Amino acid sequence: MSHRSDRTLDVRSLARVEGEGAMHVRVRGDTVEDVRLDIYEPPRFFEALLRGRRHTEPPDITARICGICPVAYQMSACNAIEDACGVTVDPAVADLRRLLYCGEWIESHTLHIYLLHAPDFLGYPSALDMAKDRRDLVERGLAMKKAGNEIVELLGGRAIHPVNIRVGGFYRTPSPRELAPLRDKLRIALDQALDTVRWVAGFDFPDFHHDHELLALVTPGRYAIESGTVATTAGLTFDVRHFEDHIVEEQVPHSTALHARLAGRGRYAVGPAARYTLNRQWLSPLALEAATAAGLGADCRNPYRSILVRAVETVYAFDEAIRLIDRYEPPARPFVEVPPRAAVGYGATEAPRGILFHRYGLDADGLITSARIVPPTSQNQASIEDDLRRFVGGRLDLDDERLTWQCEQAIRSYDPCISCSTHFLDLTVERR
Amino acid sequence: MTTLAVWKFASCDGCQLSLLDCEDELLAVADRVRIAHFLEASRRVEPGPYDVSLVEGSITTADDAERIRRVREMSRTLVTIGACATAGGVQALRNFADVDEFRSVVYARPEYVSTLATSTPIAAHVDVDYELHGCPIDRRQLLEVITALLVGRRPNISAHSVCFECKQRGNVCVVVAHGTPCLGPVTHAGCGALCPAYQRGCYGCFGPIQTPNGAAQAGLLRATGMSEADVVRAYRTFNAAAPAFIELSRVTVGPPPGAGPRDAGREET
Repeated sequence: MSHRSDRTLDVRSLARVEGEGAMHVRVRGDTVEDVRLDIYEPPRFFEALLRGRRHTEPPDITARICGICPVAYQMSACNAIEDACGVTVDPAVADLRRLLYCGEWIESHTLHIYLLHAPDFLGYPSALDMAKDRRDLVERGLAMKKAGNEIVELLGGRAIHPVNIRVGGFYRTPSPRELAPLRDKLRIALDQALDTVRWVAGFDFPDFHHDHELLALVTPGRYAIESGTVATTAGLTFDVRHFEDHIVEEQVPHSTALHARLAGRGRYAVGPAARYTLNRQWLSPLALEAATAAGLGADCRNPYRSILVRAVETVYAFDEAIRLIDRYEPPARPFVEVPPRAAVGYGATEAPRGILFHRYGLDADGLITSARIVPPTSQNQASIEDDLRRFVGGRLDLDDERLTWQCEQAIRSYDPCISCSTHFLDLTVERR
Repeated sequence: MTTLAVWKFASCDGCQLSLLDCEDELLAVADRVRIAHFLEASRRVEPGPYDVSLVEGSITTADDAERIRRVREMSRTLVTIGACATAGGVQALRNFADVDEFRSVVYARPEYVSTLATSTPIAAHVDVDYELHGCPIDRRQLLEVITALLVGRRPNISAHSVCFECKQRGNVCVVVAHGTPCLGPVTHAGCGALCPAYQRGCYGCFGPIQTPNGAAQAGLLRATGMSEADVVRAYRTFNAAAPAFIELSRVTVGPPPGAGPRDAGREET
């Protein structure tokens, strides 16, 4: 079976990703003829339905694009609307947003590491199966995830679709006394995060490297999360306002997600590995030490090792959250007024899966006239397909079942969020 | 052992994520229930039939309208979870617009994208045994439903309004104290009166209670300074296709708070 010249593998629904899509790989002889990441998550038309809504509504409405990373949508939306209205939030409010975002990184990264990705490395179909043998490990992951969610719940009201975020800041800001108990829990979880780095560093990673141009926000002096300018590993830098001059999206028949490319350059990749490669020097000493001890160098170009980067970023997010709580003084006011004006605003932040861009046009009454959202997964789609083409090409001697699982694993390395890019990963490998 | 299946239609994944967000209870649930189909969590898929199906998302494509029928056939008990599955979700805003125009706004090649003109709740297509509201659902309510189904009793989920929860929580009423617009009086309980606890008016994400006082609510909202268009937008958000919210969005003239509903005028938007 493994040496048939023409063959087709089918995984009708790729599991442990956020959303629903399909993968199609066609092999003829020794040649991989076609690779397609099919996304047939039904479109929900957010960019259309936002028109005519008030400029205060995008944080709540766009949160509903993704239940895993609603804060990312809320933050990019706030940045874009505040940019349109010429408003800058108070530094203490900006710090509180960063703390909230750390909570989402922890929740999302820990979900991916423990519940979605690690079972592949250990040969289990799910974390629940893994828990039958290693309950301690799964309990550790859930405890870390809970700590991240507690940050989001305290600042946002609830972990999924937080209610306390508004353009200009927060409806209500917490007292130092409310934050204090959180600090003790985060301190315990930070140790668990360091253990996690050591644990995943021992996984057996397939030997595979890519040469994609990597793209992420950078903020000199600190690891980019809630703001920054865009930079790539090829030395390109540009302001978020010029995002659409440099990134072009094209539609392909097999996907309801649009494919993004760098104008005149081609495919690129975003996400933890890109962020790490461009921001490594601004990790906290503790996170940098953990990265180095785990064998992560100046860059990360093996997609399977992205689990290691997520573990390091989780350490960083706990460390940073504790730092922000320690220096917290309640903002003088929870929010600044954001009076509308006729303008276009741009915003981008580093969602757990990579850069998330929003652009809104407003009229003088504050009604939205146009909206554009570029989520991370659509930016990675071309790179995922390229990885799979090369990966399958080098492993045609594997039997169908083994090859299929490794392909799924490669896709999961990118932590694709298909709800975001619009959801169903269905893997088909066709060999002729 | 009871078998559980989790299904996704047009949605954000947030309601099924609520199950994985039960960090303290997830492994205990997994000890008591056989999770037979849950793609977000496991690549192992067992064939139906299933004792309990949790269904997230709304129906927006012809394929999904077929798929939900197959899910129903395979499920002894079918529970819909969240605003998309129970009321069409925010994507049901297309129901008030031209979906072809929507499609051409988002996609350069709209012909590649197939979609229905409406986003509809699961109950519009198949029989539903129990509905859990919220955008997202509350995980404590989800655990209550799973627990109740395991022992064979009816779930104990309150049907009263957010106002009751607000009083239970000891919140100051944001309408009375600050004149903040609030959908609490007409919105289904379940969140624990979160928004008022954060000094914000309820925005109705748990959908309508069974018998809302539309005229009184319209008067209350207008008294806080909302325009008619603001009121329509407030109801047409995450439970856009809930009939009671559609109805409420059309009650645009009401008496001041405290007056009886009988005098209320009614206008079409």
